[in-house]
Amino acid sequence: MSEKTDYEAGLGSNALKNPQRIVFITKKTSAKVKGDVGKQLMSYPHVILREAIAFQLLVIAMVLVALLWDAPLEQLANPLLTPNPAKAPWYFLGLQELLHYFPPLVAGIIIPTLVVVGLIVIPYFNVNIQGKPLWATNPAGRLRVVIATLAALVIVLSVFRAWTVLVPTFVIGGLLLFSYPAPSGDRNSGQFLGSRPISWWVMTWFIVVALTLTLVGTFFRGPGWSWVWPWSSHGA
Amino acid sequence: MSTTPFNQTLDRLRDTRFWKSIFRRGPARTNRTRSLAIFGNIFLHILPVKVREKSLRARATYYLGSFSFFLFVVLSITGALLMLYYHPATPQAYRDMKDLRFVVSNGVFLRNLHRLAAQAMVLAVFWHMFHVFYRGGYRPPHEFNWVVGVVLLLLTLFLSYTGYLLPWDQLAFWAITVGTNIISAMPVLGKQVRFQLLGGNLVGENALLRFYVLHCVVLPLLAVVFIAVHFWRIQKDGGLTVPEDDERKN
Ligand code: HEM
Repeated sequence: MSEKTDYEAGLGSNALKNPQRIVFITKKTSAKVKGDVGKQLMSYPHVILREAIAFQLLVIAMVLVALLWDAPLEQLANPLLTPNPAKAPWYFLGLQELLHYFPPLVAGIIIPTLVVVGLIVIPYFNVNIQGKPLWATNPAGRLRVVIATLAALVIVLSVFRAWTVLVPTFVIGGLLLFSYPAPSGDRNSGQFLGSRPISWWVMTWFIVVALTLTLVGTFFRGPGWSWVWPWSSHGA
Repeated sequence: MSTTPFNQTLDRLRDTRFWKSIFRRGPARTNRTRSLAIFGNIFLHILPVKVREKSLRARATYYLGSFSFFLFVVLSITGALLMLYYHPATPQAYRDMKDLRFVVSNGVFLRNLHRLAAQAMVLAVFWHMFHVFYRGGYRPPHEFNWVVGVVLLLLTLFLSYTGYLLPWDQLAFWAITVGTNIISAMPVLGKQVRFQLLGGNLVGENALLRFYVLHCVVLPLLAVVFIAVHFWRIQKDGGLTVPEDDERKN
């Protein structure tokens, strides 16, 4: 994003004449823009109709579920009666699970801030934009970096005994190593995993960890944040 | 298009002076009038006049962004209705929940719909973000719309979280207590930020009032503004990113 040379602007946008839209084209990664646009459809009626149908399907589904399921309501709020466990809404239970392992400053402030900052900067790094396969250049050197990173991650997570983070990390890390092209040139890992860019791996790791933590926090945590099985009497 | 009696009637209606005075056009039979239907309408002009067929295929978006928006609409409507029966005061707020269940006609249904749509919106927005990521929808010239999206994600989470306190039951009280305790872990400012958010050191009636104002006024207004920018940017950025497979094939 910083180097000017990444972009070329089509000029000729004198609005007083024939108004034209300026099209920004990336030199290196403009497959999207350069390619044939293909068939186009008028928004009215084609988009309007589809959106209207989507809206109707959504409302029908919502009404059906709202008829069958009841919103929870517990006793009146009582500051003197702490439920055990006191749980946040489900979308924050991943964070609460992290708080179980890491100090509040790390789990409650630093990690969420890093996630938000990480999301914001995604489109401003050329690696993410070019999306070249991770193993396409200098595979041996990258393998060393990957192994070192994974090892550091596993050590930190083990020290904190954060095993609900560790397990999904093992799974994704394992797949990542497995996707390394075999020296014989035989693509044992298949085209799909082998051709994923680094951004794909990081995001997939993030999603799998977040999902695991949220599910564990929602269904497998009981009094004192101890492990319970959802079907045991402690659950819910 | 106009073959059935219903369509013929509709077309005749669209030719009346009254209809034209509202919509600034007659029936949309030509591409020119179809374009007018979009950019001559204050609400629709945020959309592009024409779109790529490939970006309309279901797998291009799974309509996840649309569903996020529609859920926001459902939440605004059910939310306004809920406000008619709600007082942001303790313990009246909790009694209002009981009244919704036992006194107000269809009160249970109304509350169910709002709560359900709230959960669904959080899910839809996350899913939309991940789907946009995997199809490379953040790439130039869409970078800034991705950033606008991150703001919308935070707004959605904060909307959902502030609404969580409003029923003033045990679930609400302790979820907010647990959540806001985390803020105290923030270095230097933690205690002050928490105090400002709660209007005190504990989750009490000031916190309820603040969360109510955030939930019903401040955050929805911000969300409307950012959603408008989000949609407008899609058009200005030249339409949606098409999944790679579809881009290659026809
Ligand atoms: C209230 C929340 C949101 C609403 C109502 C919303 C709505 C939409 C809609 C209707 C579209 C059109 C196509 C589609 O459905 O994918 C879209 C596209 C897009 N959204 Fe969102 N969105 C929201 C949140 C987000 C978030 C959290 C992100 C990412 C961080 C995001 C990033 C984008 C981007 C980059 C595009 C353009 C994608 C492309 O070029 O293919 N949006 N959004």
